[in-house]
Amino acid sequence: MSSEVEWPWQYNFPPFFTLQPHKETRVKQITAWKALILDYCGVNKICSIDLRETNEMSLFTNAAINRTLESSALLVILEELQNSGNAIPMDKQRQRWEIYWHTLEEFSQIIYNYVMNSNSLDMVLTIFELTESDDVANEEFYKLNSDVFIKVLRVLEKDNKCELILLEDSQGVKFF
Amino acid sequence: MNRFEYTEPALSPNEYFLVKENNAKLYDGDQKTNFEGGMVHITTHRIFWGKPGHFANGQICLALPIQLIIRLDEEVPGTFSFSKSKKIVLYLKEPSPDRNEGPQLNSIYNFVKISFRDGYSQQISIALIESINKRRWEMIETPTTSAIEEKPMPNIKLRTGIIGIERSLIEKQKAADESINVAFQDLSKLMTMAKDMVRLSQNISTKIREKQGDITEDETVRFKSYLMSLGIDDPVTRDAFKSDNQYYRSLAKQICDIMVDPIEEIGGMMVLTDIYCRVNRARGLELLSPEDVLNACNLMQNMDLPLKLHVFDSGVKVLQLACLDSEIVAEGTAELLTERGSLNAEELAQFLGISVILAKERLLSSERCGKSCRDDSIEGLRFYPNLFLLRD
Repeated sequence: MSSEVEWPWQYNFPPFFTLQPHKETRVKQITAWKALILDYCGVNKICSIDLRETNEMSLFTNAAINRTLESSALLVILEELQNSGNAIPMDKQRQRWEIYWHTLEEFSQIIYNYVMNSNSLDMVLTIFELTESDDVANEEFYKLNSDVFIKVLRVLEKDNKCELILLEDSQGVKFF
Repeated sequence: MNRFEYTEPALSPNEYFLVKENNAKLYDGDQKTNFEGGMVHITTHRIFWGKPGHFANGQICLALPIQLIIRLDEEVPGTFSFSKSKKIVLYLKEPSPDRNEGPQLNSIYNFVKISFRDGYSQQISIALIESINKRRWEMIETPTTSAIEEKPMPNIKLRTGIIGIERSLIEKQKAADESINVAFQDLSKLMTMAKDMVRLSQNISTKIREKQGDITEDETVRFKSYLMSLGIDDPVTRDAFKSDNQYYRSLAKQICDIMVDPIEEIGGMMVLTDIYCRVNRARGLELLSPEDVLNACNLMQNMDLPLKLHVFDSGVKVLQLACLDSEIVAEGTAELLTERGSLNAEELAQFLGISVILAKERLLSSERCGKSCRDDSIEGLRFYPNLFLLRD
Protein backbone atom coordinates (compact mmCIF):
# COMPACT_ATOMS: atom_id res chain seq x y z
CA MET A 1 0.00 0.00 0.00
CA SER A 2 1.65 3.19 -1.12
CA SER A 3 0.75 6.09 1.04
CA GLU A 4 1.23 9.65 0.07
CA VAL A 5 0.57 10.79 3.56
CA GLU A 6 2.89 13.43 4.79
CA TRP A 7 3.86 12.11 8.20
CA PRO A 8 3.52 14.71 10.94
CA TRP A 9 6.49 15.41 13.21
CA GLN A 10 4.84 13.35 15.96
CA TYR A 11 5.19 10.22 13.86
CA ASN A 12 8.95 10.27 14.47
CA PHE A 13 8.57 11.19 18.14
CA PRO A 14 8.70 7.98 20.22
CA PRO A 15 6.34 9.18 23.01
CA PHE A 16 3.66 9.51 20.31
CA PHE A 17 3.29 5.72 20.45
CA THR A 18 2.75 5.60 24.21
CA LEU A 19 -0.55 6.80 25.59
CA GLN A 20 0.36 9.78 27.78
CA PRO A 21 -0.96 9.82 31.35
CA HIS A 22 -0.81 13.59 31.69
CA LYS A 23 -4.26 14.88 30.81
CA GLU A 24 -3.37 17.92 28.76
CA THR A 25 -0.62 16.07 26.95
CA ARG A 26 -2.94 13.20 26.19
CA VAL A 27 -5.52 15.48 24.64
CA LYS A 28 -2.87 16.89 22.30
CA GLN A 29 -1.58 13.42 21.52
CA ILE A 30 -5.01 12.00 20.71
CA THR A 31 -5.89 15.00 18.57
CA ALA A 32 -2.72 14.43 16.59
CA TRP A 33 -3.53 10.74 16.21
CA LYS A 34 -7.08 11.44 15.07
CA ALA A 35 -5.87 13.83 12.42
CA LEU A 36 -3.22 11.40 11.25
CA ILE A 37 -5.61 8.43 11.06
CA LEU A 38 -8.24 10.36 9.10
CA ASP A 39 -5.63 11.80 6.78
CA TYR A 40 -4.11 8.39 6.18
CA CYS A 41 -7.44 6.67 5.60
CA GLY A 42 -8.59 9.45 3.28
CA VAL A 43 -5.47 9.25 1.15
CA ASN A 44 -5.49 5.46 1.02
CA LYS A 45 -9.29 5.16 0.84
CA ILE A 46 -9.41 2.89 3.86
CA CYS A 47 -12.85 2.60 5.36
CA SER A 48 -12.32 -0.01 8.00
CA ILE A 49 -9.67 -0.87 10.56
CA ASP A 50 -9.36 -4.17 12.35
CA LEU A 51 -7.53 -3.93 15.66
CA ARG A 52 -6.09 -7.39 15.09
CA GLU A 53 -4.42 -6.36 11.87
CA THR A 54 -2.97 -3.00 12.78
CA ASN A 55 0.58 -4.27 13.21
CA GLU A 56 1.06 -4.47 9.44
CA MET A 57 -0.10 -0.93 8.85
CA SER A 58 2.67 1.61 8.54
CA LEU A 59 0.22 4.04 10.11
CA PHE A 60 0.60 2.43 13.50
CA THR A 61 4.14 1.13 13.20
CA ASN A 62 7.14 3.31 12.60
CA ALA A 63 9.87 0.87 11.72
CA ALA A 64 12.48 3.64 11.62
CA ILE A 65 12.20 4.28 15.37
CA ASN A 66 10.94 0.79 16.14
CA ARG A 67 7.70 1.89 17.76
CA THR A 68 4.19 0.45 17.45
CA LEU A 69 0.99 1.83 18.86
CA GLU A 70 -0.53 -0.60 21.32
CA SER A 71 -4.00 -1.79 20.33
CA SER A 72 -5.29 -0.71 23.76
CA ALA A 73 -4.09 2.82 23.04
CA LEU A 74 -5.57 2.65 19.56
CA LEU A 75 -8.91 1.67 21.05
CA VAL A 76 -8.89 4.81 23.15
CA ILE A 77 -8.17 6.88 20.05
CA LEU A 78 -10.91 5.10 18.05
CA GLU A 79 -13.39 5.82 20.82
CA GLU A 80 -12.45 9.46 20.57
CA LEU A 81 -13.03 9.24 16.80
CA GLN A 82 -16.42 7.72 17.48
CA ASN A 83 -17.30 10.70 19.68
CA SER A 84 -16.64 13.05 16.80
CA GLY A 85 -18.58 10.85 14.36
CA ASN A 86 -15.53 9.66 12.43
CA ALA A 87 -15.65 6.00 13.44
CA ILE A 88 -18.16 3.35 14.41
CA PRO A 89 -17.47 -0.08 15.90
CA MET A 90 -18.70 -2.89 13.67
CA ASP A 91 -18.85 -5.63 16.32
CA LYS A 92 -19.50 -5.90 20.02
CA GLN A 93 -15.90 -6.71 20.82
CA ARG A 94 -14.90 -3.37 19.25
CA GLN A 95 -12.31 -5.07 17.09
CA ARG A 96 -13.52 -3.91 13.68
CA TRP A 97 -14.12 -0.26 13.10
CA GLU A 98 -15.51 1.71 10.20
CA ILE A 99 -13.58 4.89 9.64
CA TYR A 100 -15.06 8.00 8.02
CA TRP A 101 -12.44 10.51 7.02
CA HIS A 102 -15.35 12.90 6.80
CA THR A 103 -18.33 12.45 9.04
CA LEU A 104 -21.42 11.09 7.32
CA GLU A 105 -22.99 14.55 7.47
CA GLU A 106 -19.96 16.15 5.89
CA PHE A 107 -19.95 13.51 3.16
CA SER A 108 -23.62 13.99 2.47
CA GLN A 109 -23.03 17.71 2.03
CA ILE A 110 -20.05 17.10 -0.24
CA ILE A 111 -21.94 14.63 -2.41
CA TYR A 112 -25.01 16.77 -2.67
CA ASN A 113 -22.89 19.73 -3.66
CA TYR A 114 -21.18 17.64 -6.33
CA VAL A 115 -24.48 16.41 -7.74
CA MET A 116 -25.82 19.95 -7.84
CA ASN A 117 -22.68 21.21 -9.51
CA SER A 118 -22.75 18.47 -12.12
CA ASN A 119 -26.40 19.14 -12.94
CA SER A 120 -27.40 15.62 -12.07
CA LEU A 121 -30.45 16.39 -9.99
CA ASP A 122 -33.57 14.37 -10.77
CA MET A 123 -31.43 11.80 -12.57
CA VAL A 124 -30.86 8.22 -11.55
CA LEU A 125 -27.20 7.59 -10.92
CA THR A 126 -25.59 4.30 -9.99
CA ILE A 127 -23.51 4.15 -6.90
CA PHE A 128 -20.72 2.59 -8.89
CA GLU A 129 -20.43 5.61 -11.18
CA LEU A 130 -20.55 7.96 -8.21
CA THR A 131 -17.66 6.26 -6.45
CA GLU A 132 -15.54 4.54 -9.09
CA SER A 133 -15.79 6.50 -12.33
CA ASP A 134 -13.04 8.78 -13.52
CA ASP A 135 -15.37 11.76 -13.30
CA VAL A 136 -15.19 11.69 -9.52
CA ALA A 137 -11.48 10.84 -9.27
CA ASN A 138 -10.73 14.15 -7.62
CA GLU A 139 -13.66 14.10 -5.24
CA GLU A 140 -13.40 13.28 -1.58
CA PHE A 141 -15.83 10.40 -1.87
CA TYR A 142 -13.94 8.72 -4.71
CA LYS A 143 -13.52 5.01 -3.97
CA LEU A 144 -15.64 5.32 -0.87
CA ASN A 145 -16.75 1.91 0.32
CA SER A 146 -20.28 1.26 -1.02
CA ASP A 147 -21.62 0.33 2.41
CA VAL A 148 -20.40 3.65 3.76
CA PHE A 149 -21.67 5.41 0.70
CA ILE A 150 -25.15 4.02 1.23
CA LYS A 151 -25.03 5.19 4.84
CA VAL A 152 -24.23 8.66 3.58
CA LEU A 153 -27.12 8.53 1.15
CA ARG A 154 -29.42 7.41 3.92
CA VAL A 155 -28.59 10.66 5.68
CA LEU A 156 -29.62 12.58 2.56
CA GLU A 157 -32.71 10.44 2.18
CA LYS A 158 -33.83 11.51 5.64
CA ASP A 159 -33.72 15.12 4.50
CA ASN A 160 -35.67 14.12 1.38
CA LYS A 161 -32.78 15.11 -0.83
CA CYS A 162 -32.48 11.74 -2.57
CA GLU A 163 -34.07 8.37 -2.94
CA LEU A 164 -32.21 5.13 -2.91
CA ILE A 165 -33.09 2.49 -5.46
CA LEU A 166 -31.68 -0.78 -4.15
CA LEU A 167 -32.17 -3.71 -6.50
CA GLU A 168 -30.49 -7.05 -6.16
CA ASP A 169 -27.82 -6.51 -8.77
CA SER A 170 -27.66 -2.76 -9.10
CA GLN A 171 -27.78 0.10 -6.68
CA GLY A 172 -28.92 3.49 -7.87
CA VAL A 173 -29.88 6.80 -6.40
CA LYS A 174 -31.92 9.76 -7.53
CA PHE A 175 -31.25 13.20 -6.11
CA PHE A 176 -33.84 15.89 -5.74
CA MET B 1 45.03 -85.39 83.04
CA ASN B 2 46.53 -84.35 79.66
CA ARG B 3 44.16 -81.34 79.67
CA PHE B 4 45.99 -79.75 82.57
CA GLU B 5 48.66 -77.18 81.80
CA TYR B 6 51.53 -75.76 83.77
CA THR B 7 51.00 -72.10 84.35
CA GLU B 8 51.71 -69.24 86.66
CA PRO B 9 48.90 -68.54 89.07
CA ALA B 10 48.14 -65.21 87.44
CA LEU B 11 44.74 -64.16 86.22
CA SER B 12 44.36 -63.11 82.62
CA PRO B 13 42.45 -59.92 81.82
CA ASN B 14 38.77 -60.22 82.47
CA GLU B 15 39.33 -63.33 84.62
CA TYR B 16 38.00 -63.24 88.12
CA PHE B 17 38.67 -65.41 91.13
CA LEU B 18 35.55 -67.08 92.43
CA VAL B 19 36.14 -69.67 95.22
CA LYS B 20 38.84 -71.90 96.61
CA GLU B 21 38.92 -75.16 98.54
CA ASN B 22 41.65 -77.00 100.44
CA ASN B 23 42.86 -80.57 100.43
CA ALA B 24 42.15 -81.46 96.87
CA LYS B 25 43.47 -84.46 95.00
CA LEU B 26 43.41 -84.93 91.27
CA TYR B 27 42.41 -88.14 89.52
CA ASP B 28 43.20 -89.00 85.95
CA GLY B 29 40.02 -90.80 85.15
CA ASP B 30 39.69 -93.31 87.92
CA GLN B 31 43.42 -93.36 88.59
CA LYS B 32 44.90 -91.52 91.50
CA THR B 33 47.74 -89.12 90.74
CA ASN B 34 50.51 -87.59 92.74
CA PHE B 35 48.77 -84.27 92.81
CA GLU B 36 47.25 -84.44 96.21
CA GLY B 37 46.83 -82.22 99.22
CA GLY B 38 46.68 -79.14 97.09
CA MET B 39 44.43 -76.15 96.84
CA VAL B 40 41.85 -75.63 94.15
CA HIS B 41 41.07 -72.11 92.94
CA ILE B 42 38.14 -71.70 90.64
CA THR B 43 38.06 -68.62 88.43
CA THR B 44 35.77 -67.61 85.64
CA HIS B 45 38.18 -69.18 83.16
CA ARG B 46 40.13 -71.93 84.76
CA ILE B 47 40.47 -74.42 87.58
CA PHE B 48 43.83 -74.01 89.30
CA TRP B 49 45.48 -76.68 91.38
CA GLY B 50 48.57 -75.98 93.40
CA LYS B 51 50.37 -76.89 96.59
CA PRO B 52 49.46 -74.61 99.50
CA GLY B 53 51.57 -71.48 99.27
CA HIS B 54 52.20 -71.85 95.54
CA PHE B 55 49.50 -69.34 94.72
CA ALA B 56 50.77 -66.81 97.17
CA ASN B 57 54.36 -67.18 95.95
CA GLY B 58 53.42 -67.19 92.34
CA GLN B 59 54.94 -70.61 91.73
CA ILE B 60 54.01 -72.81 88.82
CA CYS B 61 50.77 -74.68 89.30
CA LEU B 62 48.31 -76.66 87.21
CA ALA B 63 45.40 -75.20 85.39
CA LEU B 64 42.45 -76.67 83.53
CA PRO B 65 40.60 -74.36 81.14
CA ILE B 66 36.93 -74.47 81.98
CA GLN B 67 36.07 -74.26 78.31
CA LEU B 68 37.15 -77.89 78.01
CA ILE B 69 34.56 -79.04 80.51
CA ILE B 70 31.52 -80.56 78.92
CA ARG B 71 29.63 -81.31 82.11
CA LEU B 72 30.26 -82.19 85.71
CA ASP B 73 29.05 -84.79 88.10
CA GLU B 74 29.30 -85.05 91.85
CA GLU B 75 30.33 -88.34 93.32
CA VAL B 76 29.05 -88.89 96.81
CA PRO B 77 30.75 -91.73 98.68
CA GLY B 78 28.53 -94.76 98.94
CA THR B 79 27.39 -96.15 102.26
CA PHE B 80 29.87 -98.95 102.02
CA SER B 81 32.81 -96.95 100.81
CA PHE B 82 35.75 -96.38 103.09
CA SER B 83 36.48 -93.04 101.65
CA LYS B 84 34.65 -90.10 103.04
CA SER B 85 35.97 -87.74 100.40
CA LYS B 86 33.56 -86.09 98.02
CA LYS B 87 34.56 -85.96 94.39
CA ILE B 88 33.68 -83.76 91.43
CA VAL B 89 33.87 -85.52 88.08
CA LEU B 90 34.63 -83.30 85.09
CA TYR B 91 33.92 -84.69 81.64
CA LEU B 92 36.26 -83.03 79.17
CA LYS B 93 36.63 -82.28 75.48
CA GLU B 94 39.75 -83.15 73.55
CA PRO B 95 42.63 -80.86 74.55
CA SER B 96 43.49 -78.04 72.22
CA PRO B 97 46.61 -78.80 70.20
CA ASP B 98 48.39 -75.58 71.11
CA ARG B 99 48.09 -76.00 74.85
CA ASN B 100 50.99 -75.33 77.15
CA GLU B 101 53.06 -78.10 78.55
CA GLY B 102 51.25 -80.15 81.13
CA PRO B 103 52.06 -82.89 83.60
CA GLN B 104 50.87 -85.64 81.28
CA LEU B 105 51.02 -85.91 77.52
CA ASN B 106 48.39 -88.52 76.93
CA SER B 107 45.50 -89.94 78.76
CA ILE B 108 43.11 -92.75 78.05
CA TYR B 109 40.42 -91.03 80.03
CA ASN B 110 38.29 -88.14 78.90
CA PHE B 111 37.37 -87.17 82.43
CA VAL B 112 39.17 -86.12 85.58
CA LYS B 113 38.10 -86.14 89.19
CA ILE B 114 38.87 -83.71 91.91
CA SER B 115 38.59 -85.30 95.26
CA PHE B 116 38.19 -83.22 98.38
CA ARG B 117 39.16 -85.16 101.39
CA ASP B 118 37.37 -82.90 103.76
CA GLY B 119 34.47 -82.40 101.46
CA TYR B 120 33.72 -79.08 99.77
CA SER B 121 31.30 -76.29 100.07
CA GLN B 122 28.36 -76.12 97.73
CA GLN B 123 29.86 -72.93 96.33
CA ILE B 124 32.47 -74.93 94.43
CA SER B 125 29.99 -76.65 92.22
CA ILE B 126 27.85 -73.51 91.90
CA ALA B 127 30.89 -71.51 90.84
CA LEU B 128 31.93 -74.18 88.36
CA ILE B 129 28.52 -74.42 86.77
CA GLU B 130 28.31 -70.66 86.57
CA SER B 131 31.71 -70.43 84.93
CA ILE B 132 30.83 -73.13 82.42
CA ASN B 133 27.57 -71.41 81.51
CA LYS B 134 28.80 -67.86 81.41
CA ARG B 135 31.75 -68.62 79.17
CA ARG B 136 33.53 -65.45 80.12
CA TRP B 137 36.65 -66.45 78.21
CA GLU B 138 34.73 -65.79 75.06
CA MET B 139 33.79 -62.34 76.28
CA ILE B 140 37.46 -61.47 76.47
CA GLU B 141 37.66 -61.80 72.77
CA THR B 142 34.69 -59.60 71.92
CA PRO B 143 35.67 -56.48 73.83
CA THR B 144 39.23 -56.60 72.56
CA THR B 145 38.22 -57.14 68.95
CA SER B 146 35.54 -54.47 69.11
CA ALA B 147 38.01 -52.09 70.70
CA ILE B 148 40.25 -52.56 67.69
CA GLU B 149 37.39 -51.95 65.33
CA GLU B 150 36.19 -48.89 67.15
CA LYS B 151 39.42 -46.97 66.93
CA PRO B 152 39.33 -46.21 63.20
CA MET B 153 35.62 -45.36 63.44
CA PRO B 154 35.97 -41.60 63.60
CA ASN B 155 37.95 -41.60 60.36
CA ILE B 156 35.41 -43.56 58.37
CA LYS B 157 32.17 -41.60 58.33
CA LEU B 158 29.12 -43.69 57.75
CA ARG B 159 27.16 -41.95 55.05
CA THR B 160 24.79 -44.69 54.18
CA GLY B 161 21.10 -44.05 53.88
CA ILE B 162 18.84 -41.25 54.92
CA ILE B 163 19.97 -41.55 58.51
CA GLY B 164 23.53 -40.89 57.44
CA ILE B 165 22.48 -37.78 55.56
CA GLU B 166 20.34 -36.60 58.44
CA ARG B 167 23.17 -37.14 60.84
CA SER B 168 25.57 -35.11 58.76
CA LEU B 169 22.96 -32.35 58.47
CA ILE B 170 22.50 -32.29 62.21
CA GLU B 171 26.25 -32.07 62.66
CA LYS B 172 26.49 -29.17 60.24
CA GLN B 173 23.64 -27.40 62.02
CA LYS B 174 25.36 -27.86 65.33
CA ALA B 175 28.55 -26.40 63.97
CA ALA B 176 26.64 -23.44 62.50
CA ASP B 177 24.84 -22.86 65.80
CA GLU B 178 28.09 -22.83 67.64
CA SER B 179 29.72 -20.39 65.27
CA ILE B 180 26.68 -18.12 65.43
CA ASN B 181 26.77 -18.20 69.18
CA VAL B 182 30.43 -17.29 69.12
CA ALA B 183 29.73 -14.46 66.68
CA PHE B 184 27.00 -12.99 68.85
CA GLN B 185 29.13 -13.28 71.91
CA ASP B 186 31.55 -10.98 70.15
CA LEU B 187 28.76 -8.60 69.24
CA SER B 188 27.42 -8.36 72.75
CA LYS B 189 30.94 -7.60 73.92
CA LEU B 190 31.17 -4.89 71.30
CA MET B 191 27.92 -3.37 72.50
CA THR B 192 29.14 -3.23 76.09
CA MET B 193 32.35 -1.68 74.87
CA ALA B 194 30.38 0.77 72.78
CA LYS B 195 28.46 2.01 75.80
CA ASP B 196 31.73 2.82 77.51
CA MET B 197 32.96 4.58 74.40
CA VAL B 198 29.87 6.77 74.25
CA ARG B 199 30.15 7.59 77.93
CA LEU B 200 33.81 8.43 77.45
CA SER B 201 33.13 10.74 74.56
CA GLN B 202 30.30 12.40 76.48
CA ASN B 203 32.55 12.93 79.45
CA ILE B 204 35.21 14.48 77.32
CA SER B 205 32.80 16.78 75.56
CA THR B 206 31.28 18.01 78.83
CA LYS B 207 34.74 18.55 80.23
CA ILE B 208 35.65 20.60 77.23
CA ARG B 209 32.53 22.66 77.72
CA GLU B 210 33.36 23.24 81.39
CA LYS B 211 36.98 24.10 80.86
CA GLN B 212 36.42 26.28 77.87
CA GLY B 213 38.88 28.82 79.17
CA ASP B 214 41.66 26.44 80.24
CA ILE B 215 42.22 24.87 76.89
CA THR B 216 43.17 26.97 73.94
CA GLU B 217 40.62 27.49 71.23
CA ASP B 218 42.75 25.64 68.75
CA GLU B 219 42.98 22.52 70.88
CA THR B 220 39.26 22.51 71.54
CA VAL B 221 38.48 22.65 67.87
CA ARG B 222 40.91 19.90 67.07
CA PHE B 223 39.61 17.69 69.85
CA LYS B 224 36.05 18.23 68.78
CA SER B 225 36.91 17.25 65.23
CA TYR B 226 38.34 13.99 66.56
CA LEU B 227 35.10 13.31 68.35
CA MET B 228 33.10 14.21 65.28
CA SER B 229 35.06 11.76 63.18
CA LEU B 230 34.00 9.08 65.63
CA GLY B 231 30.41 10.01 65.01
CA ILE B 232 28.07 12.43 66.69
CA ASP B 233 29.57 13.68 69.92
CA ASP B 234 26.29 13.55 71.80
CA PRO B 235 23.72 11.27 70.16
CA VAL B 236 20.08 11.67 71.09
CA THR B 237 19.04 8.48 72.84
CA ARG B 238 15.70 7.26 74.05
CA ASP B 239 16.95 6.86 77.62
CA ALA B 240 17.35 10.58 78.02
CA PHE B 241 13.70 11.35 77.36
CA LYS B 242 10.55 10.60 79.23
CA SER B 243 8.07 10.65 76.38
CA ASP B 244 8.40 9.21 72.92
CA ASN B 245 7.15 12.41 71.36
CA GLN B 246 9.88 14.46 72.95
CA TYR B 247 12.41 11.91 71.86
CA TYR B 248 11.23 12.00 68.27
CA ARG B 249 11.24 15.80 68.22
CA SER B 250 14.85 15.93 69.36
CA LEU B 251 15.72 13.18 66.94
CA ALA B 252 14.07 15.06 64.09
CA LYS B 253 16.12 18.13 64.97
CA GLN B 254 19.32 16.15 65.02
CA ILE B 255 18.60 14.40 61.74
CA CYS B 256 17.96 17.80 60.17
CA ASP B 257 21.20 19.16 61.56
CA ILE B 258 23.33 16.45 60.07
CA MET B 259 21.43 15.88 56.84
CA VAL B 260 20.73 19.41 55.56
CA ASP B 261 24.14 19.85 53.98
CA PRO B 262 24.35 16.49 52.24
CA ILE B 263 20.79 16.86 50.95
CA GLU B 264 21.51 20.32 49.59
CA GLU B 265 24.58 18.93 47.92
CA ILE B 266 22.71 16.31 45.94
CA GLY B 267 19.91 18.53 44.79
CA GLY B 268 17.53 18.83 47.69
CA MET B 269 16.13 15.35 48.01
CA MET B 270 17.23 12.06 49.55
CA VAL B 271 15.51 8.71 49.85
CA LEU B 272 14.58 7.76 53.40
CA THR B 273 16.62 4.56 53.27
CA ASP B 274 19.71 6.62 52.49
CA ILE B 275 18.87 8.93 55.37
CA TYR B 276 18.58 5.95 57.65
CA CYS B 277 21.97 4.61 56.61
CA ARG B 278 23.72 7.95 56.85
CA VAL B 279 22.27 8.86 60.22
CA ASN B 280 23.22 5.54 61.69
CA ARG B 281 26.64 5.77 60.10
CA ALA B 282 27.11 9.14 61.72
CA ARG B 283 25.94 7.87 65.09
CA GLY B 284 28.14 4.84 64.77
CA LEU B 285 26.87 3.58 68.10
CA GLU B 286 23.45 3.87 69.73
CA LEU B 287 21.84 2.87 66.45
CA LEU B 288 18.35 3.99 65.51
CA SER B 289 15.57 1.73 64.34
CA PRO B 290 13.97 2.49 60.97
CA GLU B 291 10.73 3.16 62.78
CA ASP B 292 12.33 5.82 64.98
CA VAL B 293 13.76 7.56 61.94
CA LEU B 294 10.39 7.49 60.20
CA ASN B 295 8.57 8.81 63.26
CA ALA B 296 11.09 11.60 63.65
CA CYS B 297 10.79 12.51 59.97
CA ASN B 298 7.01 12.60 60.21
CA LEU B 299 7.28 15.35 62.81
CA MET B 300 9.59 17.54 60.78
CA GLN B 301 6.95 19.43 58.84
CA ASN B 302 5.25 20.77 61.98
CA MET B 303 8.53 21.83 63.54
CA ASP B 304 9.64 24.47 61.03
CA LEU B 305 12.75 22.50 60.23
CA PRO B 306 14.66 22.95 56.99
CA LEU B 307 13.76 19.42 55.89
CA LYS B 308 10.43 17.68 55.42
CA LEU B 309 9.20 14.22 54.60
CA HIS B 310 7.67 13.82 51.19
CA VAL B 311 5.84 10.71 49.97
CA PHE B 312 5.62 10.19 46.24
CA ASP B 313 2.58 8.63 44.65
CA SER B 314 4.58 5.45 44.15
CA GLY B 315 5.07 5.23 47.93
CA VAL B 316 8.73 6.23 47.88
CA LYS B 317 9.54 8.35 50.89
CA VAL B 318 12.14 11.08 50.73
CA LEU B 319 13.43 13.88 52.87
CA GLN B 320 13.57 17.08 50.91
CA LEU B 321 14.41 20.67 51.63
CA ALA B 322 11.33 22.44 52.93
CA CYS B 323 11.99 25.29 50.52
CA LEU B 324 12.21 22.91 47.57
CA ASP B 325 9.55 23.70 45.00
CA SER B 326 8.50 20.69 42.97
CA GLU B 327 7.67 23.07 40.14
CA ILE B 328 11.24 24.28 40.03
CA VAL B 329 12.60 20.75 40.16
CA ALA B 330 10.34 19.74 37.30
CA GLU B 331 11.54 22.77 35.38
CA GLY B 332 15.13 21.72 35.97
CA THR B 333 14.39 18.19 34.82
CA ALA B 334 12.68 19.51 31.71
CA GLU B 335 15.70 21.64 30.92
CA LEU B 336 17.91 18.61 31.20
CA LEU B 337 15.57 16.70 28.92
CA THR B 338 15.71 19.38 26.26
CA GLU B 339 19.46 19.46 26.57
CA ARG B 340 19.78 15.70 26.26
CA GLY B 341 16.91 14.94 23.90
CA SER B 342 15.63 12.14 26.08
CA LEU B 343 16.48 10.46 29.38
CA ASN B 344 15.66 7.38 31.33
CA ALA B 345 15.89 7.09 35.10
CA GLU B 346 19.36 5.51 35.06
CA GLU B 347 20.85 8.22 32.88
CA LEU B 348 19.36 10.99 34.99
CA ALA B 349 20.56 9.28 38.16
CA GLN B 350 24.07 9.12 36.78
CA PHE B 351 24.02 12.66 35.54
CA LEU B 352 22.77 14.15 38.82
CA GLY B 353 24.49 11.70 41.14
CA ILE B 354 21.23 10.69 42.78
CA SER B 355 19.62 7.31 43.24
CA VAL B 356 17.71 5.72 40.40
CA ILE B 357 14.50 5.71 42.42
CA LEU B 358 14.78 9.42 42.97
CA ALA B 359 15.61 10.05 39.33
CA LYS B 360 12.51 8.17 38.31
CA GLU B 361 10.42 10.15 40.76
CA ARG B 362 11.79 13.36 39.28
CA LEU B 363 10.89 12.31 35.78
CA LEU B 364 7.42 11.27 36.87
CA SER B 365 6.82 14.51 38.70
CA SER B 366 7.98 16.51 35.70
CA GLU B 367 5.52 14.47 33.66
CA ARG B 368 2.78 15.33 36.12
CA CYS B 369 3.59 18.99 35.58
CA GLY B 370 3.26 18.45 31.84
CA LYS B 371 6.95 19.17 31.31
CA SER B 372 7.80 15.79 29.87
CA CYS B 373 6.17 12.87 28.16
CA ARG B 374 6.90 9.19 28.27
CA ASP B 375 7.94 6.56 25.78
CA ASP B 376 7.12 3.13 27.16
CA SER B 377 8.62 0.49 24.90
CA ILE B 378 10.39 -2.83 25.22
CA GLU B 379 13.57 -0.82 25.69
CA GLY B 380 12.19 0.57 28.95
CA LEU B 381 10.64 3.79 30.10
CA ARG B 382 12.19 6.92 28.59
CA PHE B 383 11.16 10.49 28.96
CA TYR B 384 11.19 13.19 26.30
CA PRO B 385 10.54 16.91 26.42
CA ASN B 386 6.82 17.42 26.10
CA LEU B 387 6.78 18.40 22.44
CA PHE B 388 3.02 17.80 22.31
CA LEU B 389 2.52 20.93 24.37
CA LEU B 390 5.66 22.79 23.29
CA ARG B 391 5.32 22.60 19.52
CA ASP B 392 1.67 23.54 19.12
